[in-house]
Amino acid sequence: MHNFNYHRASDVAGAAALLKDVDDGKLLAGGMTLLPTLKNRLAAPSDLIDLAGVSDLKGISIEGDEVVIRAMTPHAVVAASHEVATAIPALAALAGGIGDPAVRHRGTIGGSVANADPAADYPAAIVGLNATVVTNQRSIAADDFFLGLFETALRPGEIITSVRFKNPSRAHYLKFRHPASGYAVVGIMVAQYASGVRVAVTGAGPSVFRVSAMEAALDKSFTPKSIADIAVSADQLMGDIHCSAEYRAHIVKVYARRAVEALTA
Amino acid sequence: MGEFGIGQPVRRKEDTRLLRGRGQFTDDINLDGQAWAAFVRSPHANALFSSIDATAALSMPGVVAVITGEDLAAAGVGLLLNDAAYKNRDGAPMHKPPREVLPRRQARFVGECLAIVVAETAAMARDAAEAVEVDYEPLPAVANGARALEPDAPRVWPEFGTNAVVHWEYGDAAKVETLLAGAHKRVAVDLVNNRLAPSPMEPRAASAEYDAATGSLTVYTPSQGGRRLQGNLARLLSLPVDKTRIVSRDTGGGFGVRSKMFPETVAVAFAAKTLGRPVKWRGDRFETFVSDYHGRDQVNHAEMGFDADGRIIAMKLDTMVNVGAYLSENGLRLPMEGGGRIIPCVYHVPEFYFSVKPTFTNTVCTDTYRGAGRPEANYITERLMDKAAEALGLPRDEIRRRNFIREDQMPYKTHLGFTIDSGDFDGTMKMAMDGADWNGFPARRAESLKRGKHRGIGLSVFIEGAGSRPVEGMRIRFEENGDISVIAGTYSHGQGHETVYSQLVHEFLGVDFERVKLINGDTANSPKMSNGTFGSRSSMVGGMGIKQASEVILVKARKIAAHLLQAEAERVTFAEGVFKANASSITIEEVAKAARDPRRLPEGMTPGLDEEVTFENDVENFPNGAHVVELEIDPETGIIELLNYVAVDDCGVVLNPFIVHGQVYGGVVQGVGQTLTEDVVYDASGQLLTASYMDYGMPRAAHMSHIEAHFNVVPCKTNGLGVKGAGEAGACGAPPAIVSAAINALWDYGVRHIDMPLTPEKVWRAIEDAKSQKAA
Amino acid sequence: MLYDVQMTVNGQAVSGKVEARTLLAQFIREHLRLTGTHVGCDTTQCGCCVVHVDGVAMKSCTMLAVQAEGKAITTIEGLAAEDGTLHPMQQAFRDHHGLQCGFCTPGMVMMGVDIARRLPGADEKTVRHQLEGNICRCTGYQGIVEAIIDGSAKINAVRS
Repeated sequence: MHNFNYHRASDVAGAAALLKDVDDGKLLAGGMTLLPTLKNRLAAPSDLIDLAGVSDLKGISIEGDEVVIRAMTPHAVVAASHEVATAIPALAALAGGIGDPAVRHRGTIGGSVANADPAADYPAAIVGLNATVVTNQRSIAADDFFLGLFETALRPGEIITSVRFKNPSRAHYLKFRHPASGYAVVGIMVAQYASGVRVAVTGAGPSVFRVSAMEAALDKSFTPKSIADIAVSADQLMGDIHCSAEYRAHIVKVYARRAVEALTA
Repeated sequence: MGEFGIGQPVRRKEDTRLLRGRGQFTDDINLDGQAWAAFVRSPHANALFSSIDATAALSMPGVVAVITGEDLAAAGVGLLLNDAAYKNRDGAPMHKPPREVLPRRQARFVGECLAIVVAETAAMARDAAEAVEVDYEPLPAVANGARALEPDAPRVWPEFGTNAVVHWEYGDAAKVETLLAGAHKRVAVDLVNNRLAPSPMEPRAASAEYDAATGSLTVYTPSQGGRRLQGNLARLLSLPVDKTRIVSRDTGGGFGVRSKMFPETVAVAFAAKTLGRPVKWRGDRFETFVSDYHGRDQVNHAEMGFDADGRIIAMKLDTMVNVGAYLSENGLRLPMEGGGRIIPCVYHVPEFYFSVKPTFTNTVCTDTYRGAGRPEANYITERLMDKAAEALGLPRDEIRRRNFIREDQMPYKTHLGFTIDSGDFDGTMKMAMDGADWNGFPARRAESLKRGKHRGIGLSVFIEGAGSRPVEGMRIRFEENGDISVIAGTYSHGQGHETVYSQLVHEFLGVDFERVKLINGDTANSPKMSNGTFGSRSSMVGGMGIKQASEVILVKARKIAAHLLQAEAERVTFAEGVFKANASSITIEEVAKAARDPRRLPEGMTPGLDEEVTFENDVENFPNGAHVVELEIDPETGIIELLNYVAVDDCGVVLNPFIVHGQVYGGVVQGVGQTLTEDVVYDASGQLLTASYMDYGMPRAAHMSHIEAHFNVVPCKTNGLGVKGAGEAGACGAPPAIVSAAINALWDYGVRHIDMPLTPEKVWRAIEDAKSQKAA
Repeated sequence: MLYDVQMTVNGQAVSGKVEARTLLAQFIREHLRLTGTHVGCDTTQCGCCVVHVDGVAMKSCTMLAVQAEGKAITTIEGLAAEDGTLHPMQQAFRDHHGLQCGFCTPGMVMMGVDIARRLPGADEKTVRHQLEGNICRCTGYQGIVEAIIDGSAKINAVRS
């Protein structure tokens, strides 16, 4: 790991000011991706600004028909939250399947979302559950947030403060774990809202994406059968030594149907 | 001998230390004034270079030195050892490239060390290593062994004109071909024994210090016993053997790979000697992946011919083994001397032809890894037997039963000159099948199908060749404080020797189990004639050493006891640590104490009761077993779930079932890893794609089902303890059993073969391919 | 530049001066010379480095020492009683042959204690899944899983 300067922020404004002041600063949330990246010398920021001491970035609340999770809330807390389990059980289950228990104790929703790892679980929840990403500057709709591989709509100096999930009438998340890393080879969130069904896929492509053909079919008839034959093209998907793009496309189809099966059984 | 004797499930002595974080692994040791090392490693699989420019690195803060192959050569450092001497059938010798510790002109695999950088801290050393400039001229590379044998493949060693190390043959090819051609049924398999990373949990490390005043070098490193490393290192650095000391306090897993001398160790030792201060290197996991020798990596074509009764009449086997860019200490030997010990395994094969083509590639070397040639051999014969069952219309157990080497054929001389002394293969298979309720399988299969899952059951019967030659020294010493020290050249790195050896000493000498202490892992005090722990040998060579030393001790102790009890030696009895004659008695501890005092000894007797023996083992033992696996396959995803695993092992006499079961469980899960998740992958240009646990599929707890393990004890007839090795059997049994079960699950689709590892995608594709073939 | 850190480790207040990049695992091993916490990989996968931070299992290789400022850390050295009596989880590992070489063991035991805290009465399947982030190469996991189930039962029996 290359060396860097370390700062402890006490509030969001302070963190933002620090980010502006330093050369090449990075925010440190749970560090579950950032620190391994630094250890392997794949990045060399001049400064890290730790958000752990910012108290108003922690906690979960129910506000109307939304579950609001503040940015520095660890996955384990989301997974164990009674409020989340009651409002959106699929979200609690998703959080409870990220990485491993020790990683869930430190890794945070804000860090995961800001990092936009194509194999992370949370992007499927953000997009599938039609969430709003709230920052120190604005609110960003889920569909506008993820732009590509490790790329988001966040501007320089922008800090995620919370994520607001809209309660669906029902939702289910299924994940095909990578056999070595445990990341999502395919993670699929199927969620039904009065306004329509959302199907979001993480892991398979360079960034989370929605499957509009499945959504349309499920809008017409929320049954496993209605999407059993809807395939996604392998052309835009990723492949590695464990799972080819073609296989990922196949798993998307199977897991989407199974998610609907789980919701309609 | 009660609760601590042979055969008792005694809890391990070493645990209390390790469980409290008081182990002493190499990275836990810090030497006064130590500097830290980092390595410059080649990013290319094949590249020439003419200069290594350390100017920038040397100007960085805290950098002490940058040492290259030129420095080693100037100091007269020798070449890494390989003493293999195979010949082609026409008598031409094998190709044998020289291996410099740090090469001076060409890097031949990704991760090869080209320079060692020494600095005040580990981070400084690593920063400086990044600043060393090497003027690489990349060349075409080849990583796949089969590809390397094609005429147009890039040559790892152009001067040889081929990537084939040698073409070694056994048997009469023409005769075997005639028999196969005329056989009632002829079956063939083409298999991949996938390349594996041994991956002990402790990353590789080394620390060295040199005392100029005495001219002595001490190297701390994980190992499997230091004697072989000691001789090797002394030769490389031109030091006297007795001034070269190897210390391994605790070692975090061996599995064969930790018994080797690696370039990094030599470079660290050289740096410490040259710089006159201790040097420490702790490799990370990436370095361990690229530079630790890998295992397996064979491609096999095998055929068997059967008569109308289903009896084998002949077998042929063509093996390609990828040895990597150089010849490691043992990699080349594994098909011939590792697998060759047992091939064709538990079956009587009248005629056998065996051809081996070891092949150079631009990859790190392959070498011994748990089983070392035997898992490959068993996998090949077991896949052939499943093929034969289909061809002959026989159940899988029946084809095996008809061909087992029977007890009345033992001692049974194998084709490659080894002698199987004992084994009850049919009985062991029956135990495993009964234990797994083989006959009740159809009902379970039907139940699975209702849930949309395909259930399969698989069987393997395997044999292992354990207890490597040639000798092993063992010393027993009676300490003044009453402890009994066992001073061994074998080295416990997870096997629980401290416990088992204590049981043996307690059994043979009747001393208090708790007072027996194990001293191992330091060449400063281990017996001179020793080789270490590998090849499932320590139960036999270590155990027999203790037995023989105890016998010599008892002869002398009896004389002393007789003298002290004023009785004739023949009239002195010995039981549970007490000598008795007439109405009086004396304990062995008292005899040991008396033995120090010449005045209390018979006239002319040398004081002391300590004894060192050298056990000479000129014959291996042959552990064997039968494993039955049941699994379910999700046909839509190809995901395999193991449901039940029954392992019946014949490890001969079991010294401590608690520990032997542990060896079986560990071996089985390494076999599960090979079969389901593990695969070292280099791309065509020789880049290693599986250099971290993010990419290399280590088996995790959830990959495995509960293992039910039993023993079928058939005592070994060729050693005085009746023991057979236990360490490697599990890794032999799991791959063929799991593959057999997977094929069984997918039988109705027409799937007959999937190469390991059986990843979900491969299984899914096999199903899809079979479906489309059927439809066509 | 060096940073002052203060924390409690195994009940003792400790302090040190560290680089920002010093990992908690490094601080524990190299500054405090508590070498029971091991480092087995570079990618937060193996779990050999698991310690408790304010009572919760975390991977000390993926946490900066400066991030542990003011925290209470428990390492494997802090589990057994002062007289050497093993913690129930340590004892269970011994009783069920949950270790061979001992390298992954400290992380496994610390994770085992954490599982016992969070999931009393967890069954075999649950325990196996909870060990997703802890790799062992020796034992085949069987003894570890049995040990955690047994250790957890004993810990929770004492608690309730």
